[in-house]
Amino acid sequence: MKKKLYDIAHSRAGDKGNTLILSLIPYDEADYPLLCEKVTSDAVKNHLKDIVFGEIIRYEMPNLSSLQFVCHQALLGGVTTSLSMDTHGKSLSYAFLQMEIEV
Amino acid sequence: MIRIGSGAGFSGDRLEPAVILAEKGELDYLVLECLAERTIALAQQRKNKDPNSGYDPLLEKRMDLLLPILKEKGVRLITNMGAANPIGAAKKIIEIAQRRGIRIKVAAVTGDDVLEHLDGQQKVLETGKSLSEVPNLLSANAYIGADALLPALESGAEIIIAGRVADPSLFLAPMIYHFGWSPDDIDKIAQGTVVGHLLECAGQVTGGYFADPWKKEVPNLARLGFPFADVSPDGTAVIGKVEGTGGFINLATVKEQLLYEATDPTGYLTPDITADFTTVRLQEIGPNRVEVSGGRGRPKPATLKVSLGYHAGYIGEGEISYAGPNAYGRAVLAGEIVQERLKDEFPDLRIDHIGVSSVHRTHFGDLREPYEVRLRVAANVTDSKKAAIIGEEVEALYTNGPAGGGGARKYVREVIGIVSTLIPREKVQTQISIQEC
Repeated sequence: MKKKLYDIAHSRAGDKGNTLILSLIPYDEADYPLLCEKVTSDAVKNHLKDIVFGEIIRYEMPNLSSLQFVCHQALLGGVTTSLSMDTHGKSLSYAFLQMEIEV
Repeated sequence: MIRIGSGAGFSGDRLEPAVILAEKGELDYLVLECLAERTIALAQQRKNKDPNSGYDPLLEKRMDLLLPILKEKGVRLITNMGAANPIGAAKKIIEIAQRRGIRIKVAAVTGDDVLEHLDGQQKVLETGKSLSEVPNLLSANAYIGADALLPALESGAEIIIAGRVADPSLFLAPMIYHFGWSPDDIDKIAQGTVVGHLLECAGQVTGGYFADPWKKEVPNLARLGFPFADVSPDGTAVIGKVEGTGGFINLATVKEQLLYEATDPTGYLTPDITADFTTVRLQEIGPNRVEVSGGRGRPKPATLKVSLGYHAGYIGEGEISYAGPNAYGRAVLAGEIVQERLKDEFPDLRIDHIGVSSVHRTHFGDLREPYEVRLRVAANVTDSKKAAIIGEEVEALYTNGPAGGGGARKYVREVIGIVSTLIPREKVQTQISIQEC
């Protein structure tokens, strides 16, 4: 069965220059191992292929039962000069939560 | 134990949450964090035009509300609202205090402006090119740390106003000062930085920027309360807020804020420390009370980051809406018309369909026919007259474009770009200057 990340986790997007930072926090900490298994850097890279053009680095945070994805070349140059509607990429947490995983 | 409140998370933040914190929060310190990457470059631009300006545009409003309460309650204020002109800001605060008959001591912290200390050969981090190739450089401000604020705290000043102090350092400084932490006490400095990072965006840890109806409900966002931290001598802290205010604090809100903007949660760099968030422990100890402990650290970076503001031309934008049957089809056609007419002069024209794919720059899943779509066209060019052409072309779609276009708007705005470089610590000398009345 496929499930949207939105159904089981929440996320906040942050920015530093042209880098987008996405957290992934399960509502139920018991889902953390599932997220670790399914939401790999490659899977996220594939999901965000039209948005993130650089490397995606994943950090595992077992102390918070959370994952952090640092996505390079993701903001059309970054907040100060980007022509994007959402120059900070703040809305992109919800692009991420659209991702589906097999459960 | 000391209690530090966070009364603003950005320059344009709401005014009254800080007033509520100062009045009812039983605070020792109130911090107002009001500088984003670009804010100081904009402030420098204002100072170039008028040497008495260049501080936060809301300084007067905030101080007018807060000064009497801070004085009455004995709360000390720490803020980076000095922006490009902390001394000018201190002068303004004295003026407000005199007008209100309040006696006060203000310390301005300077030295973050390093425009004169940079070397044209040094590298820009984002591009790898030398600094001399950055066009129209406006400002260069080093991120200074908690150590720059300590002399101001020791001076006994009730108001401490600085420029480009790193956000978490504003909160860390009173902890170091109050508890007498040594600079070698790396884990305490790291833990204090974690607490500062949680507080620096104010309402973002108390349920702001979090709500999602049905999914993540947050009570009374219209009256969102801002946070404070009760910090113990070992740095362990409890994040809380004033009773009766809106929002909430729980593990979910604190986790979202801890990870916010952390490009490397195993080594979060500030002027004070390299902090490791992977050791942080969070525990809900009561309603709207989360305990934070366990932050560990490694020594501070050898260099300081410098934020460089430069003039990056103008962005011209035009928008027009289409609604009802085939709204998306008509908006797409409208975009194609503008593209065809402008492609030679504006090779990097940006065409967005608002309501379909503008904010994520794509869309996921099947696209159902939207009821309304707004076309947006934008380009970044060096001169403002050329930028205006974008909006003019979009507006001309009224009589020349697809049927039923409405609500055209056009904008031209100046663009301040930000890049960064590194500077050796010894080149950055900070000072304090005291004004009192």
